[in-house]
Amino acid sequence: MADIVIDRVVKEFGSFRALQEVSLTVNDGEFVALLGPSGCGKTTLLRIIAGLETQSSGRVVIGGRDVSDLAPRKRRLAMVFQNYAVFPHMTVFENVAFGLRMQKASQADVRRKVERAAALLHIDGYLDRYPAKLSGGQRQRVAVARALAVEPAVLLMDEPLSNLDALLRLEMRTELKAVLREAGTTTIYVTHDQTEAMGLADRIAVMYGGKIDQIGSPLEIYATPATRFVGGFIGSPPMNFIKVRCAQGKAQIGAAVLPCPVAGGDIELGLRGEDASLTADGAGIPFDVRVVEPMGSHLLLTGSIDGQLARIVAPPTAKVDAGARVGLSVDPSRLTWIDSGTGRAMART
Amino acid sequence: MPARTSWIPYALIAPSVIFLGALFLVPLVQTVWLSVSAGDGLSLENYQRMAGDLNFSLAVSNTFLLTLVVVPIQVVLALAMATMVTKLDKGRDLVLWVLTIPLGISDLAAGLAWLALLQNTGYLNSALYALGLIPGPTGWLSQETPWSLFFAIAMAEVWRATAIVLVILIAGLQLIPKEFSEAAEIFGARPWTRFRRITLPLLKPSLQSALILRTVLAFEVFAVVYALGGRNFPVLAGEAYVWQNDNQNYGVAAAYAVLIMAISLAATAVYLRVLRTRPEQLP
Ligand SMILES: Nc1ncnc2c1ncn2[C@@H]1O[C@H](COP(=O)(O)OP(=O)(O)OP(=O)(O)O)[C@@H](O)[C@H]1O
Ligand SMILES: [Mg+2]
Repeated sequence: MADIVIDRVVKEFGSFRALQEVSLTVNDGEFVALLGPSGCGKTTLLRIIAGLETQSSGRVVIGGRDVSDLAPRKRRLAMVFQNYAVFPHMTVFENVAFGLRMQKASQADVRRKVERAAALLHIDGYLDRYPAKLSGGQRQRVAVARALAVEPAVLLMDEPLSNLDALLRLEMRTELKAVLREAGTTTIYVTHDQTEAMGLADRIAVMYGGKIDQIGSPLEIYATPATRFVGGFIGSPPMNFIKVRCAQGKAQIGAAVLPCPVAGGDIELGLRGEDASLTADGAGIPFDVRVVEPMGSHLLLTGSIDGQLARIVAPPTAKVDAGARVGLSVDPSRLTWIDSGTGRAMART
Repeated sequence: MPARTSWIPYALIAPSVIFLGALFLVPLVQTVWLSVSAGDGLSLENYQRMAGDLNFSLAVSNTFLLTLVVVPIQVVLALAMATMVTKLDKGRDLVLWVLTIPLGISDLAAGLAWLALLQNTGYLNSALYALGLIPGPTGWLSQETPWSLFFAIAMAEVWRATAIVLVILIAGLQLIPKEFSEAAEIFGARPWTRFRRITLPLLKPSLQSALILRTVLAFEVFAVVYALGGRNFPVLAGEAYVWQNDNQNYGVAAAYAVLIMAISLAATAVYLRVLRTRPEQLP
């Protein structure tokens, strides 16, 4: 058992609060992606779990053991650093073997495990080289192989594939997921690439400004964002937010009328670009198209609803011209209503 | 890339080359010339006189012994101090400043300070006498007590010149990103293993500089020895001084100078070779 419980962890750097009461539970064998914009505290949280940074308050429990005050090496985990931290004075082989050597593994064991990790990450051709002679992406894979070689129960990865080209990244990410699932490794995976998080993770924790805004399965996060930030951060194009006025439980946009979750007042309507469809007769929510971008698999329409910027996804064969006004129909159950004051989603009915 | 900038590096080092040539190379050639000329022709007479002198073999063995004892102690001490200083969060600069005070003291002044401590009527004897450990003034620095004299000189040298090693090593330690040590710790390395397997190899370039500097200076040791022991503890540079000033024999003095230079150059060559870092192993 190697579950991770992060209990109200706060981290202050001087007067700056990098983490504000972060709580997160990662089950044994689960793969959780930490997703968030640059500077939101992802690395800081990972370093606190690893013990490289001391939390200002709160606890970290791994496998039922409170490790809050333990040295990193006693926490029995492996980590891939954001800037790799591959040892420059050791060959790729010795780098990957480092953890095994520290565990005093037998020579045959070391060789077998290093070769397996290296093959998985396609660095088996460079085992005798020094890191200075590798490309950034190759160095990054050495860092991942070094962490996988020790077959850890808990694995922390800080943007481990950020430096690979799109194709290799896709391949690595599939293989990584298969290996980690098979080994039952509890994984926290930091990324700011949402497709990576969506594709890999059992659950995603979206961080923003030192807080976790929402934790949930990729589908939950996508379909029912908990805050305006999550809706706007996840999905491409991001969720549209349209300010509307409710009266008597109804909101009116053009000629269309939508049911509101509140009786009256100003709120925001969160609408995913792909949840709207063009009506044949131009009825429904009026949408003024300004730009039409053919993306191959779909058309990306940029324009305005009620004078507010919106992006809508249409089928590739749709006949839409820039400058036209079209009508949109939406499924009310797929809408997100946001309280303008708090930025949080309102309870769904 | 076209070779359009190829002359710029040479132009840039030209001033220092000229400077070195005028103030270093010319005296060097003169010294070598002086050492091999006797009477009106070239001869090795000066070297024969040097080697035949009563104090010569003693000076050689003393100088080597002092270097072999002092330099390793200084490096180990400086490594320990540098590791501690870089771990400090607060007051780092103050501690470093205090530790480097001996650097600001001239070597003769340092020798005289230790003489005041250790001579017959010095502070050490007064303290030992007050404690009832010795019956009266005891000589520590005479010819009859070569080991305590050696010990005193070594101690004064360690006190005086460890700081320069410390400064170089601290500069080197600060260049090593902390992630390397952190990664090693995550993967289970204990402090001593981290030091041996990560810090020390990455510190090799600085260690090399410090060792070259300290060793060369150790072979030239003079003022501290002169202040504490006079000619009771002959060293190479001291003999050069004696031949130059007391004996007025510039030829033999020059021979000593050339010998010291040859030893220094040889030591430097050894360090450059043994402690070289291959470019692909640099961070
Ligand atoms: N040692 C430190 N001292 C002071 N502030 C720090 C320190 N480390 C991080 N911070 C601050 O804490 C915040 C979070 O940093 P962190 O490195 O965790 O971001 P991140 O989410 O990993 O960003 P990125 O995606 O760019 O890697 C940042 O605003 C950063 O400036
Ligand atoms: Mg980061």
